[in-house]
Amino acid sequence: MRFITSPQLNNKKMSYNVNEKGYYGEFGGAYIPEMLYPNVEELRQNYLKITAEPEFQAEFDALLKDYVGRPTPLYFAERLSAMYNTKVYLKREDLCHTGAHKVNNTIGQILLAKRLGKKRIIAETGAGQHGVATATVCALMGMECIVYMGEIDIKRQAPNVARMKMLGAEVRPALSGSKTLKDATNEAIRDWINNPVDTYYIIGSVVGPHPYPDMVARFQSVISKEIKSQLLEKEGRENPDYVIACVGGGSNAAGAYYHFLDEEDVNIIAVEAAGLGVHSGESAATSALGKVGVIHGSKTLLMQTNDGQITEPYSISAGLDYPGVGPIHAHLFASKRAQFISITDVQAMDWGLKLSKLEGLIPAIESAHAFAVLDEMKFKEDDIVVINLSGRGDKDLSTYIDYFKL
Amino acid sequence: MNRIKQKLQEDKKIFSVYFSAGYPSLNDTVQIMQDLEKNGVDMIEIGLPFSDPLADGPTIQASSTQALHNGMTTQVLFDQLKEVRKTVSIPLVIMGYFNPMLQYGIENFCKKCQEVGVDGLIIPDLPVDVYADEYKAIFEKYGLINVFLITPQTSDERIHFIDSVSDGFIYMVSSASVTGSQSGFGSTQEDYFKRIASMNLKNPQVIGFGINNAETFNQATKFAKGAIIGSAFIQHLTENGTGKIADFAKAIR
Repeated sequence: MRFITSPQLNNKKMSYNVNEKGYYGEFGGAYIPEMLYPNVEELRQNYLKITAEPEFQAEFDALLKDYVGRPTPLYFAERLSAMYNTKVYLKREDLCHTGAHKVNNTIGQILLAKRLGKKRIIAETGAGQHGVATATVCALMGMECIVYMGEIDIKRQAPNVARMKMLGAEVRPALSGSKTLKDATNEAIRDWINNPVDTYYIIGSVVGPHPYPDMVARFQSVISKEIKSQLLEKEGRENPDYVIACVGGGSNAAGAYYHFLDEEDVNIIAVEAAGLGVHSGESAATSALGKVGVIHGSKTLLMQTNDGQITEPYSISAGLDYPGVGPIHAHLFASKRAQFISITDVQAMDWGLKLSKLEGLIPAIESAHAFAVLDEMKFKEDDIVVINLSGRGDKDLSTYIDYFKL
Repeated sequence: MNRIKQKLQEDKKIFSVYFSAGYPSLNDTVQIMQDLEKNGVDMIEIGLPFSDPLADGPTIQASSTQALHNGMTTQVLFDQLKEVRKTVSIPLVIMGYFNPMLQYGIENFCKKCQEVGVDGLIIPDLPVDVYADEYKAIFEKYGLINVFLITPQTSDERIHFIDSVSDGFIYMVSSASVTGSQSGFGSTQEDYFKRIASMNLKNPQVIGFGINNAETFNQATKFAKGAIIGSAFIQHLTENGTGKIADFAKAIR
């Protein structure tokens, strides 16, 4: 299992992939203060070289197999398929160690950090999933780990804070701005500015300055790589008709789409969080509400005021609560390669319950958004629809309890 | 001639001050700038507040947030600067993050800067490479000097590149840090100051980050053309309001 694009794909025109300057169409780049330049440049010059080394790939593959539990199953959801009269497959990223796809990326990045000789790991986290995935791999590698988390999120996500502490990480509250994910990201960037030599920043999504979006997408691309071989085995063909994934920053989606981007017969569906409604003022539907802007070192679609101040998004799911999207998704939206759909809190929460009862799977609220597409679109009987079940709902139990008065 | 270039030709060290526009109160900007000039300050960096100032420490973050809360916007700042220019003649530099400028429209922004009498810009998150490829011609069309940062980690090769793209001064970040997080300069900083001074760059250097009193000001200007004080001045405004700017300036030089 290799996460690098296969040679056949490399020879084709990869129009949806990053170009040599770090852009996807007009999006991406590295809009960073000079203080970060040496670190980001070091990474840019080395990430492809290091990740292509056979020893790196062997170590990465072995950890994904024996530690994360890959390949994750591609599960044919029979009752769901019958209800919607189409063929629905679920990519079971919820079965990954730590409960979501996030760990695919943190394994890759910590192996890279080690090879770059870094001693200290920093990360940002919103709901805590990426923080837990980072704390986990730091424990595994015996490395110092500091996770920045918005003060408000620390209060909202107490179990994940406790997990990180058990794993030996230090959780530092982000007290600036709105005290949520974007501010935790600002604090992590400030930490990196203050510690430019020994520190490596593990970004959790396909956001940030180039090469992060491309690097994270490559580490997550194992998702679509597996879907291809699993579908071939089950259906006799590699390509589904639809791939559906939720998008906050967009790492699970980037991984689920990666090997299908140039396969024009595959419809790509991106699901954003509409919160209380796209135009309610309480939403995280970036493609609908955002304009081109720069956040965390990347030019992308961004929710902001007319004056260019970044606004605070809202979604019941903390993992979709980001005012931007990864530049790859901004490009998929602008080029119309992907269809973007926004799903409200109510729809997502209903699906959380529905999937639990129908298939015995309690999804993360983020992932529950993706399922609501089944109600929004019409599928044919012989369509193969793959939904990326990016995480399990354990972390959301208190939200489910409050919402459904369980 | 651009006021920054003129000032740099004077045979004196540059005492430069940064503060966030619209802080402590929205309409303090004009008076603060007048008082700074009156008390011997040579150049002002006026901060265009941003919601997510990722290169700034807590002091400037807080003043930036307060300024936004007070109602500061790009347009309000331009209106205030127009007023400022009726009485203030020292060089003015807008220091701000790229996104608010992008929303205003880069060409519009530059045009407006020229109209109200802004001489230069410092945009920490607009990298020199992107500037050189995409925006240099526009800035030059409107007579604006764009100032780039270098740090102790910047390679000699890149410093020479930055020097070649610059046409005014180079902003030397004193140490690896966000704004306002240093206290005093040690031998590491002195070695770095000396190293840069010995590179014979075509642009003079002005040192910022960590200048907070007469001692650090003098240490910095021993090796560089000037020094910029930001967080320490904002701290002074926070504690004393706008009434004692003379005391602050006199304590530095």
